[in-house]
Amino acid sequence: MLAERIPDLSKFVEPDRVRREVYTDADIFELEMQRIHERVWIYCGHESQVPKAGDYYTVQVGRQPMLMVRGADGRISVLYNRCPHRGNMMCGDRSGNAGEFFRCSYHAWTFKHDGRLRSIPMGDAAYAGTRWGKNNPDCDMKRASRVENYRGFVFASLAHDGPSLKDFLGKSIVAFDDMCDRSPEGEVEVVPNCFRVIQHSNWKIFLENQLDALHPSVVHQSTGRAAHDVEKRLAKKAKSGEAPLSYHMLSAFATVTIDKWDNFQTINYPYGHCVLTGYMGLRPQDPDTLAYDKIMIKAYGKKRFEEIVGVNIHHVLIYPGLSVQSPLQQLRAVRPLGVDRTLTEIWHFRLKGAPEAIYRRSLAYYNLVNSPATLINADDLENFWKCHQGLASEGGDWVSFGRHFGRDIEKDGHVETGPNMGTSEAPMRGQMKAWAQYMGNGK
Amino acid sequence: MKDQHEVEQFLYQQAELLDTKKWQDWIDLFTPDGIYWMPPNASYKTWDGQPAIFAEDKNLMTVRMNRVLHPDAWSQRPLWETNHVVSNVVIEKSSAKGVTVRSRFHMMELRRDDVRHFAGSYRHELVKTKGGYRIKLQRVDMTNAQAAYDYVLQVWV
Repeated sequence: MLAERIPDLSKFVEPDRVRREVYTDADIFELEMQRIHERVWIYCGHESQVPKAGDYYTVQVGRQPMLMVRGADGRISVLYNRCPHRGNMMCGDRSGNAGEFFRCSYHAWTFKHDGRLRSIPMGDAAYAGTRWGKNNPDCDMKRASRVENYRGFVFASLAHDGPSLKDFLGKSIVAFDDMCDRSPEGEVEVVPNCFRVIQHSNWKIFLENQLDALHPSVVHQSTGRAAHDVEKRLAKKAKSGEAPLSYHMLSAFATVTIDKWDNFQTINYPYGHCVLTGYMGLRPQDPDTLAYDKIMIKAYGKKRFEEIVGVNIHHVLIYPGLSVQSPLQQLRAVRPLGVDRTLTEIWHFRLKGAPEAIYRRSLAYYNLVNSPATLINADDLENFWKCHQGLASEGGDWVSFGRHFGRDIEKDGHVETGPNMGTSEAPMRGQMKAWAQYMGNGK
Repeated sequence: MKDQHEVEQFLYQQAELLDTKKWQDWIDLFTPDGIYWMPPNASYKTWDGQPAIFAEDKNLMTVRMNRVLHPDAWSQRPLWETNHVVSNVVIEKSSAKGVTVRSRFHMMELRRDDVRHFAGSYRHELVKTKGGYRIKLQRVDMTNAQAAYDYVLQVWV
C-alpha cells in the first residue's frame, strides 16, 4: 500500500527538488489519476471534430474512456464510453457517427446523444416492477460531471466541484485567444488528422520539457544545423534572398545559441500553467504575410490588429495535459497510459478566413516537428526515455529544479523569471507546486 | 517482361540503399523535383498542402540525412538497423517516359534491443533517364499508419 510505503507524499516535493518516485511509482501514478486528471479540466477536443449530430470522438480523461458527442440540438456532451446495462464499451471505433442514437452491440439498449436511455428491447414487459428503466438515472450512459467549451475548445471535468474552466485557465486562456484572434473571423477549425505518438516515460517529464528553455540548443542542434546549411544554400539561390520559412522554424533551434535563451521569459500561473515567450520572430514581411495583414486589418482595424499579432508566445502549457503553440495553431494533448507510458495526440487548426499560404506555415511546422517522423521531437523522446530510466534507478533520490532558484519574481498572482533568466526552472517548480497541492487535497 | 525485371531490380536497389544507410545514393535516385511521401492514411490523393508523416523534396531529404548523421542526434545513437523485403511488384502504367509501379514491403527495425515491424505498400512513379530509372514520386502507405506510433520514425521507409 502506498500509504504504508510513503506515509507523507508532501515530503516528496520541496521548492527546488522532487523525489524520483514521483515519476516512477505506479501507486503514485494511480493517485495522480484520481486526484489530478480525473478532477481538473481536461481537454477533450475541438467542436469542429464533431460537426454533425451523432458525430463522436473517443477521448481518454485520466483512466476513463470517454466519448465527446454532438447532439441533434448542437450541444456537445462528454459521456463514459460504457453501456450502463452490463458495462459493454459503447463505441469501438476511435471516431464516427452514432446515427440518431447510440445502440449497444451486446443487448441493443439505445441512448440519446446526451446519454439518456432511449429504449430497451421488450423493456416494458421485461422490467415491469423492477428498479430499472427510464426513470432510473443508473440506466443512462454516465456523463462527465462538467463540460465547458471555450471558443470551440471542449474541456471536461469528472469532479462535480472545482473552479470553472475560465477560473482554472486564468491567464493561460491566452492560448485559445491568441490562436482564434489570429483568424480574421475569430475562429479556428480543426484539420481532420491526429498524429499519435507514444513516449516511454512519465507524463510529467513531457510537460516539464515544454517550457524548458535550456534544452533546445542542446537537444535539437543536429536538426538546427542541418536545416541551417540548406537554408543558407536556398537563400542564396532565391530571388527574394530568403529560404522558405519552414527552414527557419528548424534552424532557429541552432541559430538561437545556448546563451541567448536566457533572453526569453517564462510566466508561471496558478495551477501549474505557464507561458514561454516567442523566439522564432514569426513576423516576416513577405508577400503572403502582407496579404494576411491586410485581411486582418480590414477585419479588426489597425490598432486591434497590432495587439493581436503583437502577442509574443511560443508555447502555452495548460497543466496537467495540454501544450498549445498558438501562433502556429497546433496543440499536443497528453494522455497518460501508465507510469512510464504517455500518448500525445497532436492536432493543428486552420485560421478561418486566412489565406492558404498562412495555413501552409502552420502545416509545415506540424509535419516537420510534430509528425511521427519528426525532425525535432525524436530527440526529446529519447531524452524522456533516458530520464525515466535514470529515475527508476537508485543512483540518486532527487530531481533538481534549482536553476535560478530564489530569483523568481512574484507579481499579480503569477511568477515571472527574472531579467535574463529565461532558462530558469521556474516552470517545473510551478508545476510541482500545483502537483503537491492537488495530491495533498485528497487526504 | 524486360520492364518488369528492371523495375523490380530498381525497387530492390532502393530498399538496399536504405538498409545499408547509403542515404546520399538513395537521395540521388530521385529526380530534381522528386518527392518522398508518406500520407497519414490511404485516402489522401496528394502530398501537397496536407498533413503528411513525410512529404520531402531533395532539400528536406538532405536536412534529414545530415541531421541523422550529426553526432548530437541523440535518438540516432546508435543508428537504427532496418531490413526491407519488397515484393508483389505490379506495373500499373507504362510508357516510353516511365512507369507507375506498386509493390508491398515488410520492414523490420532494430534499435538497441527493441524490434519493430512495419508493413505497407509502395507506389512509385519512375522516370526513364539515361542513367536508368529515377523516382518522381515515392508514395509509402503504412498498413499501421492510423495506429499510434510507439516511438517515432526517423529515416525513410
